[in-house]
Amino acid sequence: MSYTDGLRCRLCGTRQPIAPAAICEACFGPLEVQYRYEEIRRDVRREEVERRPRNIWRYAELLPLEHAPSTGEHTGFTPLRRARRLGEKLGLRELYIKNDGVVFPTLSFKDRVVAVALSKAIEFDMNTVACASTGNLANAVAAQAAAAGLPAYLFIPDDLEHAKVIASQIYGARVIGFKGNYDDVNRLCTEVADRFGWAMVNVNLRPFYAEGSKTVGFEIVEQLGWRTPDVVVVPMAGGSLLTKIHKGFEELTKLGWIDRNEVRMCGAQATGCNPISAALKNGLERIKPVKPDTIAKSIAIGNPADGFFALQTIRSTGGWAEDASDREIVDGIRLLAETEGVFTETAGGTTVAVARKLVEQGRIRSDEVTVLAITGNGLKTIEAIDQEPPPSIPARIRDLEKLLETQSMKRQEAIIL
Amino acid sequence: MSTLVRIPQPLRKLTQNRAEVEISARTVGEALNQLEQEYPGLRDRICDESGEVRQFINVFLDGEDIRFLQGLGTPIADGSELSIIPAIAGGSQERER
Repeated sequence: MSYTDGLRCRLCGTRQPIAPAAICEACFGPLEVQYRYEEIRRDVRREEVERRPRNIWRYAELLPLEHAPSTGEHTGFTPLRRARRLGEKLGLRELYIKNDGVVFPTLSFKDRVVAVALSKAIEFDMNTVACASTGNLANAVAAQAAAAGLPAYLFIPDDLEHAKVIASQIYGARVIGFKGNYDDVNRLCTEVADRFGWAMVNVNLRPFYAEGSKTVGFEIVEQLGWRTPDVVVVPMAGGSLLTKIHKGFEELTKLGWIDRNEVRMCGAQATGCNPISAALKNGLERIKPVKPDTIAKSIAIGNPADGFFALQTIRSTGGWAEDASDREIVDGIRLLAETEGVFTETAGGTTVAVARKLVEQGRIRSDEVTVLAITGNGLKTIEAIDQEPPPSIPARIRDLEKLLETQSMKRQEAIIL
Repeated sequence: MSTLVRIPQPLRKLTQNRAEVEISARTVGEALNQLEQEYPGLRDRICDESGEVRQFINVFLDGEDIRFLQGLGTPIADGSELSIIPAIAGGSQERER
C-alpha cells in the first residue's frame, strides 16, 4: 500500500499528481513527493520495521513507490560502525562512520537513489533509463538497469576516473563522454530530458530519485537504537544528500519513532569546488556557481541543484560547512584507512578532512555523538592516491632480513629526526 | 543578427509549443525584452520583479552560464544560441544578504 500524496513545489507550494516531472510549471521550483504521515503513523510501528529484511525497503512506507520495488532488493542497510581509533585522532569520544562504500551492488550511496528511481521508471512504464553523472550514479544506473533488463544511456564528463568508466561500461550500458565538466553534461541532459522519452533519473525522475537518500538518515537512527546523533557530516555535491538525510530525521519525528530531531547538519566540500560552503561562510543567500578544479571528482558540481536547500538546512539546524584542499582530502582517505580499515574515495576523504576542521574550530564538541557519511569506495578513485610501489626483492630469507633491517633503521632514524 | 533561443517545456505554452524561436538582439537582456514583445508573459516567467533572472532558472549563451559572463548585459554574437533551462541543472544567482 502506498502513502504518497502527490507532488508539491518546494518554493510556491503548487500541487500536482504523481508523474515523471521534476519542475513546478508555475515557478520552476523543484517538486517534492508528499506523504500521508498520519496514516503511516497509524498503520506502522517501528518494531515492525525492525523485523523486515535489511535493505532500504524496510522503510517502504516513506518511499515514493505505488507497488513493490522491482530493483535494488539487496540495497542498503550498510554498517554504522563505532570509529574509536579515528575518534581518538579527531578528538571525538563517540564517533561513527556510516559506510556506504559497501552498498550493494555498486559500492556507493547512489545505489539507494537508483533503486528507487528505476523502480519508479518501471512503474511509469518508461523503458529506457539515463543520467548525467560524475561516475558513481552512472555505475549504479548501469548495474541496476542491466539487472532489470532496461537499456541505459550514461552521460559523463570525459575525464572521470578509469574505474568509474569501466564500472559503467561493463554492464553493457551506452556511456557517452563529453568534453566539459559535470555542469556542462547536466545542462545538456536537462535540455534533452523530454526529447527522447527516457527516464532521466536525476532530471525528470528527480523527486523520486532524491527520496532514496532519506534511507541513510533512517538507518543511522535505527542503528543508533532509535536515537539521533548530535552532528552528521555529509559530503556535498548537488547538496541533495544532506537535505534528504535531515528530511529522514524529520519524518521519523513526525511518525513518533523518535522524540525529536535536533541534529546539526554539517556539509563537506572540496576547496576546488565549494559553492555551498563558500556561500555559507560569506553569508550569501544564494549560491554563486564555480568552475570545479579538484581531485574529488564525484563531488565536483559547480552549480549544485540543491545547493540552496542544503544551505537552508545547514543554517536552520545550526550546522556548518567547510572545505578541504586536495592534499587534505588524500590525508583524510589515509587517516580513515589507517585508523578504521575503511578505504573510501575522495568524497569520503573530504568528509573526514572537514570533520577534523570542524572539531578544531570548536563547531563539534568532543562529547557530541557524531556520524560521518562515508558515501563511496576508494577502489574507484585510486588515481587520487600517490603511492610508492612496494619493494620487490628475491624470495630468500637473507634478502628479507636485510630489507627489514634497513626499514627498521630508517624508522629509527625518522624517530630521532 | 539572428539568435536561436531554446524554450524549456514549461514555457512552451507561451510560444505556441515551439521549442526554438529566432530573435535578433545585441545583449541577453535585450533578447529577453524581445521575447516578451513576441510572446507576451514570457519575460515575467523568466525574470523576477527586480528584472533579474529567477532563482530556479539558468540562462546559457552558447553553453556558458551567463553568470560566468556579464549577466544580462552579456553581448550576443551573430549565430549564437541562447538556452533557458530550469535550474534542476543547478544553482541560483548570487545576491548579498
